[in-house]
Amino acid sequence: MQEAQTLSGGFADPPRDAAHAFRGVMEAMARPGTLHSLQGARPPAPLSAAAGAVILTLCDSETPLHLAGPADCAAVRAWVAFHTGAPPSGPADCVFALGTWAALAPLSAYPVGTPDYPDRSATLIVECDVLRQDGARLTGPGIRDSARLSLPDRQAFADNAALFPRGLDFLFTCGDRIAALPRSTKVT
Amino acid sequence: MTDDTYNFAYLDEQTKRMIRRAILKGLAIPGYQVPFASREMPMPYGWGTGGVQVSAAVMTPEDRFKVIDQGADDTTNAVSIRSFFQRTAGVATTTTTAEATVIQTRHRIPEAPLTEGQILVYQVPIPEPLRFLEPRESETRKMHSLEEYGLMHVKLYEDISRHGHIATSYAYPVKVEGRYVMDPSPIPKFDNPKLSDCPAIQLFGAGREQRIYALPPYTRVVSLDFEDHPFEPSKADHPCGLCGAEDSYLDEVIVDDAGGRIFVCSDTDHCEGRQAAGHRGKDAA
Amino acid sequence: MYVAVKGGERAIRNAHAWLAEERRGDPAVTELSVAQIREQLALAVNRVMAEGSLHDPDLAALAIKQARGDLIEAIFLIRAYRTTLPRFGVSAPIRTAAMACDRRISATFKDLPGGQVLGPTFDYTHRLVDFKLAAEGDAPRAPTGAADPGDVPHVMDFLNREGLIEEARPDDTPPPDLTREPLELPASRALRLQALARADEGFTLGLAYSTQRGYARNHPFVGELRIGAVAVEMEIPELGFAIEIGEITVTECETVNQFTGSKTEPPQFTRGYGLVFGQTERKAISMALVDRALRWEELGEDNVGAPAQDAEFVLYHADNIQATGFLEHIKLPHYVDFQSELELVRKLRRTAGADGMQEAAQ
Repeated sequence: MQEAQTLSGGFADPPRDAAHAFRGVMEAMARPGTLHSLQGARPPAPLSAAAGAVILTLCDSETPLHLAGPADCAAVRAWVAFHTGAPPSGPADCVFALGTWAALAPLSAYPVGTPDYPDRSATLIVECDVLRQDGARLTGPGIRDSARLSLPDRQAFADNAALFPRGLDFLFTCGDRIAALPRSTKVT
Repeated sequence: MTDDTYNFAYLDEQTKRMIRRAILKGLAIPGYQVPFASREMPMPYGWGTGGVQVSAAVMTPEDRFKVIDQGADDTTNAVSIRSFFQRTAGVATTTTTAEATVIQTRHRIPEAPLTEGQILVYQVPIPEPLRFLEPRESETRKMHSLEEYGLMHVKLYEDISRHGHIATSYAYPVKVEGRYVMDPSPIPKFDNPKLSDCPAIQLFGAGREQRIYALPPYTRVVSLDFEDHPFEPSKADHPCGLCGAEDSYLDEVIVDDAGGRIFVCSDTDHCEGRQAAGHRGKDAA
Repeated sequence: MYVAVKGGERAIRNAHAWLAEERRGDPAVTELSVAQIREQLALAVNRVMAEGSLHDPDLAALAIKQARGDLIEAIFLIRAYRTTLPRFGVSAPIRTAAMACDRRISATFKDLPGGQVLGPTFDYTHRLVDFKLAAEGDAPRAPTGAADPGDVPHVMDFLNREGLIEEARPDDTPPPDLTREPLELPASRALRLQALARADEGFTLGLAYSTQRGYARNHPFVGELRIGAVAVEMEIPELGFAIEIGEITVTECETVNQFTGSKTEPPQFTRGYGLVFGQTERKAISMALVDRALRWEELGEDNVGAPAQDAEFVLYHADNIQATGFLEHIKLPHYVDFQSELELVRKLRRTAGADGMQEAAQ
């Protein structure tokens, strides 16, 4: 049972499924506050379909992945290892981290990049119970006037944006939907 | 007809993931040059390998792909890159700007305003705007991290004191969201205003120099200038000889042995569209 | 009336057809086979394998045929092919002490265990064009002798035993991979050597020569130059030990360099190192000299501002595929940029003209 679950749930047609999923993730990151649907992944619980698609699209043996809280279970670890080969890691040296907002805390544990290389920072995949275009007000690159997004916190993201150009980038996943919040977005 | 001996869009999946991660970081830090492990492509460095890798990483089978070089769809390098993706990704191609979802370009931004569903991929030869002032990467990286752009302003101001004008007419440096100074690729400065507040996603790929950078939609992009010498986009002071357009960037074409010349739109799709709509210039058939 | 030029697609097709015809040359002359190139132009094949970073003599020979003998073009074909290959694993370091040497010479000792073996070298040939070669059908045979069994010790080990040469400590840190990670500075010696191993032979030679003439002179002796076959072994996790997966020919050069000591190091000899695929000794020796010049910092030497000491300069310009691509791209249309420059120069001339007239009027 466990083994069947590990081997299944990947992309049926990896080059094309990953291409579609990446366009969703890229649109989300390029237009903070917009929602997009990611199809094609069926990861084991408690992972959402969208989080599974992100993992399949972006993670591999070159990207240490930190699984936080309930996401750090045998089924998920085995699935990630089989489909991506992403090495498990702690928060301090991860490229990606995955979990609920509460499980991922504290944000200070993750790399935010250096002044020379601000890109060497973690991307956090935050599993959410709700993901809607309301709540916190977002402004900045990618946003025409302003946008709204149901963020799990405001101060934390405002603090993160203050580190610019260093900082963390966030992908929010809920069911098959995804939204993003790069460090460049101002949150009020 | 797709060539099945290669993966979709040529690159292997691991390479695409690496490029995709770099694109996301580029979008998160507008104007910052993200290092990436550029691969050797089956076309020479300097001929669009960075743009091709970025296009390959963002392309889906449903895209409609347009390639321009110098604004034109039928220049040899544009033809070559377009047929590469027809062959390896089986994507539909178009020459019509409005119909394209992914546009790869060398040296121009199309005249037709871009829209939200579009991605513009620039081929970049030298991504570092400070390179001609400081050849060392180790130094320019430091200058970016310290936001130390005085050297660039000094250079531009020296131009003014020597020539009365800023003597940079293409690859004119810009500042992105008040932070990073960025090279917009060798587009004429006429195109610079189109970089700012653009509804499309703009991605820049430099293969040989191993850098990717990006402008998310609606990003504020300002061409560097001085209060007493404001930036001015410029073009040849003529209408297009074929379609009569007054506001498009023009190529100068020598038409006879006596050096007679006419001016025509560099954006061939724009010019053909206007001619099809009945516009005529003085040199039109 | 003006009609815009069209037909890029047809022009490209026709150019490719013409190229193919020229490649074949006069059809009355027998076509070259890949095997002929591999066997009879072996040093060209070696260079293509070395700078293409792929050990496959047949493929390199094919690339030379396809490239009409343009070796940089052939290297480019190999590089582009190489990046599409999947990686199954990483081989164990080759053991050059266990090399079956075709050639092994030392310039530092008259005789030594393992002996001086000249091997198939041009060194003492008189460079007189051999018109007999124009006639076909000759298959010369060289006299043979029994090979010495066992390892051939490195000359450096003898110096090392006396403590006269810097110790090269074994280091199991996995080296960075130039082809999978963007080049970052400062570059470790492992990364520099990796870049030099695939660097353009001419560029490397020029840099090495410049050090001999005084631009960061480091007085090299060829401690040892050896060419021969070594086994390639790979650790198989399922088996728990390494097995031999093939054999390759390499050229290894170790230089002994005079060193009078610095603030941090005692007077002793120091090392430069070169290792290249195939019989490619000009490249291997050049590589060793440039390697040594680039080591100025770790040895506490002065940077005299010589090109061969400048890692950023050397590493960013040593790759002939990068260099030739960017150099040749200026053939591509640049009329948009040129037009903007035309407008600018006209404007500057108008301004200068107006100023001139104003001055004349005053």
